[in-house]
Amino acid sequence: MSKYELVVGLEVHAQLLTKSKMFCGCSADSWDAPPNSHTCPICLAMPGMLPVINREAVAQTIRAGLALNCTIAEEAVFARKNYMYPDLPKGYQISQYELPLCVNGWLDIDAGEGTKRIRITRAHLEEDTGKLVHAGDVSLVDLNRAGVPLLEIVSEPDLRSIEEVNEYLSRLRQILVYIGVNSGNLERGAMRMEANISLRPRRSAELGTKVEIKNLNSFRAVRNALEYEVARQTRILDSGGEVEQVTLGWLEHEGRTYVQRTKESAHDYRYFPEPDLPPLFIERAWVEELAAGLSELPLARRARFESEYGLSRADADVLVGARATADFYEAAVAATGDAMTPKQVANWMMGDLFRLVKESGKPLQEASITPAMFAELLTLVANKTINANTGSRVLKTMFQTGEGAATIVEREGLAQVSDADVLAQAIERVLAAHPDEVGRYRDGQTKLLGWFMGQVMRETRGKADPNLVRQMLMERLQR
Amino acid sequence: MSDLCRLTIHEARDLLRRGEISAVELTRAHLERIETVDARVRAYLHVDADLALAQAEDADRRRAAGEDDSLLGIPLAVKDIITVQGMPATAGSRILEGFMPPYEATVSRRLRKRGAVFLGKTNLDEFAMGWSTENSAFFTSRNPYALDRVPGGSSGGSAAAVAADEALVALGTDTGGSVRQPASWTNTVGLRPSYGRVSRWGVIAFASSLDQVGPLTKDVRDNAILLEAIAGHDPRDSTTMPEPVPRYEDLLEGGVQGMHFGLPREYFVKNIHPGVRRAILQAVDKLVELGATVEETHLHYTKYGMPVYYLVGTAELSANLARYDGVRYGFSAGAANMWENYRQTRGRGFGQEVKRRIILGAYALSAGYYDQYYLKAQKVRTLIREEFETAFETFDALVAPVAPVPPFKIGQSPTDPVELYLTDVLTLPTALAGLPCISVPAGFMEDEGESLPVGLQIIGKPFDEATVLRIAYAFEQATNWRQVRPQLA
Repeated sequence: MSKYELVVGLEVHAQLLTKSKMFCGCSADSWDAPPNSHTCPICLAMPGMLPVINREAVAQTIRAGLALNCTIAEEAVFARKNYMYPDLPKGYQISQYELPLCVNGWLDIDAGEGTKRIRITRAHLEEDTGKLVHAGDVSLVDLNRAGVPLLEIVSEPDLRSIEEVNEYLSRLRQILVYIGVNSGNLERGAMRMEANISLRPRRSAELGTKVEIKNLNSFRAVRNALEYEVARQTRILDSGGEVEQVTLGWLEHEGRTYVQRTKESAHDYRYFPEPDLPPLFIERAWVEELAAGLSELPLARRARFESEYGLSRADADVLVGARATADFYEAAVAATGDAMTPKQVANWMMGDLFRLVKESGKPLQEASITPAMFAELLTLVANKTINANTGSRVLKTMFQTGEGAATIVEREGLAQVSDADVLAQAIERVLAAHPDEVGRYRDGQTKLLGWFMGQVMRETRGKADPNLVRQMLMERLQR
Repeated sequence: MSDLCRLTIHEARDLLRRGEISAVELTRAHLERIETVDARVRAYLHVDADLALAQAEDADRRRAAGEDDSLLGIPLAVKDIITVQGMPATAGSRILEGFMPPYEATVSRRLRKRGAVFLGKTNLDEFAMGWSTENSAFFTSRNPYALDRVPGGSSGGSAAAVAADEALVALGTDTGGSVRQPASWTNTVGLRPSYGRVSRWGVIAFASSLDQVGPLTKDVRDNAILLEAIAGHDPRDSTTMPEPVPRYEDLLEGGVQGMHFGLPREYFVKNIHPGVRRAILQAVDKLVELGATVEETHLHYTKYGMPVYYLVGTAELSANLARYDGVRYGFSAGAANMWENYRQTRGRGFGQEVKRRIILGAYALSAGYYDQYYLKAQKVRTLIREEFETAFETFDALVAPVAPVPPFKIGQSPTDPVELYLTDVLTLPTALAGLPCISVPAGFMEDEGESLPVGLQIIGKPFDEATVLRIAYAFEQATNWRQVRPQLA
């Protein structure tokens, strides 16, 4: 164990899922759109243009704040953050400074057997910048993204390991996607991170010098950058040096950080309240309405799955991973009724169904199979109309064709054979064809029973009731 | 000069209704007037005769089809900080030279819908920062009453155009007095509406919490007509208020009998010109004669108006003008790299006063100074507003001078910025408080052998433009100073 303790606070910029931009009517979804095709005089900051607040962006921010256990402000104020750069058309970013929409929340993460509470300082609303595209010796400006609403979530420096950081980010992403305010699609920049990191001797109460790492665009980049910084700062501290307070960038391809700004050259953003937008007074009735519309959050749902369905934490965790999966599971359990236990339904889902979903490359909610159809299949297995192996085959066909389980079983004649006479004939044929094996079994090689089972199943094209076959074989061979 | 150019909106309206004149005739008369006098007055930055005549023809067609509106076919001028479709918008700055906005201001759109005819864009101090139009990047406008003097500013071009009969009416903007002061110096009526009364959408921003569009007109009735046309809530400007817009023209009558006015002592500043003092005191006598009572009062925070205005206003403009970076539109220096292009574009594109104020504003907001400058100024601003509120518990309105001094001779404006900034001390506190106020002609004064107009300022309660206009109308009807015309021939 290192003699230093890692202390991390995170700032996460999550792109909200609004139709239009934060302050104008341009579409907020410009992925793959030609450069500057999603712009208008407002987001191009033409002279005399004024912002108008996107109500849906405020609603999504409040929902996120509620999901993160924040206090929702009665009065929120937008502020101008001033700096000049070509990707920032107005020369200032409309953000929030002194009176953000959400403050003082927390997020629980798994830590060993229990959970750990990470405090959220604030969650506020701001607008995204455009982006620069460097082409040879010129730089081009694309302002499609300029003005897209961003939710900035700032944590307290409560994270103590890279694992905790990773768990925090995964949980945060899960929640934001769950409540429908973020796509979770990091490849498309849906979440961008900044990490504040410092090291201090273990059992020291004082914080070490803080270093900020910017432009981390994936969880992997966060992990790699933190690992790199821990190693770098450990070397400095070990050799008796002092860590300099700087802002760092992360070079993904080179796997190293670099100094963007020193403390002396730090930006003075000259924040002041945005005079084009009056303060927002958030009515409590609206907050209550938004809170009522909030779905059950992943960790609460996981706990319920454990207690209500008797699932293990690991299984419950997998099932609540995405809201659509959890919804499917609960619907399937209800539709299956007493035919199967929730645990058996979970096994079928996490086994056969997940494999098929994964192979299809599409999410579960886009598959042709519904919870009711899935439950019908499980019921056929449970009442022994088909056996488990046949069930797997039928499920695959259902997945491909969208047909119901009963239809497939009937058409392909897959119903389980439980007729003792039919099975006895099949057994007789198998025993007659393999006198040597019968002899060896009777000489004590009883593990050949499985081999005989396989032969009988082949004889019946897999439709035999395996329990009945096993019972009949044992009786017949002992004679 | 064609008599048509002497008309007010309400006079022209009657003639147009009776079919005695057409909008085309009216427009052509004004274009001819511009042709005749503007080389001397220099009110306009941009005139588009073809566009104006096409709009006038359209107005005549609309009237022939049965439409009727006070503004249908009325030729007017617009300060070149307010965008108008099809016309350039420079804000009086090199940095926007050649910029054609692909949109137009809400006020322009509202006037266009009513059938007004846009003659052109008028000169102003760069980004409305100034008192004389001498800060225009292009040229200085002249005072029609004394061509060697400035018309005031920053809406000097609009005021000069109306005073010289080059437009029936004009739009200006008032951030700290830019409608009232030029109105006072050109014998015209200039109104600053309550903050939030008129949309700022499409109006090039100077100081967002102070800017308001206001009418510059020959008389009070026209002012009422034009204000009603541009006022009202605009969903595209979140700072506009939902207050209903009254029919101001119908509320002009009634007089001032029984009204109680306050005369703030602090508005008779040390440097006030005796001619201004005399005119204002005569105006007060006139109001008393008309049945009002006038009582001296105090507005102790008046002296803080200037420092507060120059902290809040410059802070806001330092951000508002950051967008002029040579990247997307307007002037670009074309330097080799980004930072150098910023420096050269802004260094060459902005004039000295604009740069001075950007630096002042950035300083007031910077780390370590924010609390003692910007924040302190905002607190004092609240005190100024509250002091007015208290005054309005006693008075129906306040009356005061507009500018303490007569218009400067061109090139003889004070060179010390602080002395210059004192020019608008009497219009700043009301702007900071967001109050409606008007400058109405109150006579003439002598200065170095020239007879120069003086305006009376009437200050009202928030969103009570109706009372301000009614008082101004009663005063105007009893004095009729507008009959004194400039000698331009």
